[in-house]
Amino acid sequence: MIELLIFLGLLAIGYSVGSLLERRHFEDLAQREQQTQGVMLLNIGAKPPLPPAQAAQLFMGSVVISSDYFKTFLALLFNLMGGRIESYETLLERGRREALLRMKEEAIAWGATQVINVRLETASLGDQSGQSGLVALEVIAYGTGIR
Amino acid sequence: MNRPPVFSRAALILTTLEGVPGKTIIQHLGLVQGSTVRAKHIGRDIAAGFKNLVGGELRGYTELLQEAREEALDRMTSEAQQLGANAVVNIRFATSSVAQGAAELFAYGTAVRVD
Repeated sequence: MIELLIFLGLLAIGYSVGSLLERRHFEDLAQREQQTQGVMLLNIGAKPPLPPAQAAQLFMGSVVISSDYFKTFLALLFNLMGGRIESYETLLERGRREALLRMKEEAIAWGATQVINVRLETASLGDQSGQSGLVALEVIAYGTGIR
Repeated sequence: MNRPPVFSRAALILTTLEGVPGKTIIQHLGLVQGSTVRAKHIGRDIAAGFKNLVGGELRGYTELLQEAREEALDRMTSEAQQLGANAVVNIRFATSSVAQGAAELFAYGTAVRVD
């Protein structure tokens, strides 16, 4: 019975205080939006004009890289304590640098003087539950080579 | 890094840019996409399991995903060719895991005619 009362009490507090704070925040937002009305926000406009080039081609580089047993163990340990998992940071760094280099090498072989609009994409390959213990990730780098 | 040449794609210019450098877009033909879903190969998985002990590149997987991505790209370009395009611009890649042990590789871009 007491538990139910506590539950209902918390529910009531959550509702009343929560909606009051929310309303205040919305009022504050509306007021500040009015004050800053003069400046327009756009997420376009940073694109430089296309560089002159004779030829353009898509280049890709990818790598699947896996963690070693020690690193996986270390990461598990850190997972409990929180904080930086340096062993995985180095793994990601290796993957990114390798993928970028592979793309670059391929572009250089083609005769590219520049690779522009490069993107990096990372995907995890290990199963989410971590039951198989496979910690692997794919890094792909792609961009347009010009010459 | 020796990859078989893809002949069907040679006819089209593919870029990650808004256009093709040195050329002008004369017609936009709309979004084109290609995707492929691949499952993990059991033999490769066992090899990967061993490799997971010492870390490093899982070459089998790298190749598997590379092939799959080429296929997605091929599907995208053939769709573009059907529309009468001679280039695909603003290409993006995405990867998502669909189910346990399977991944979808996805490529999309805008089919255009350039002059």
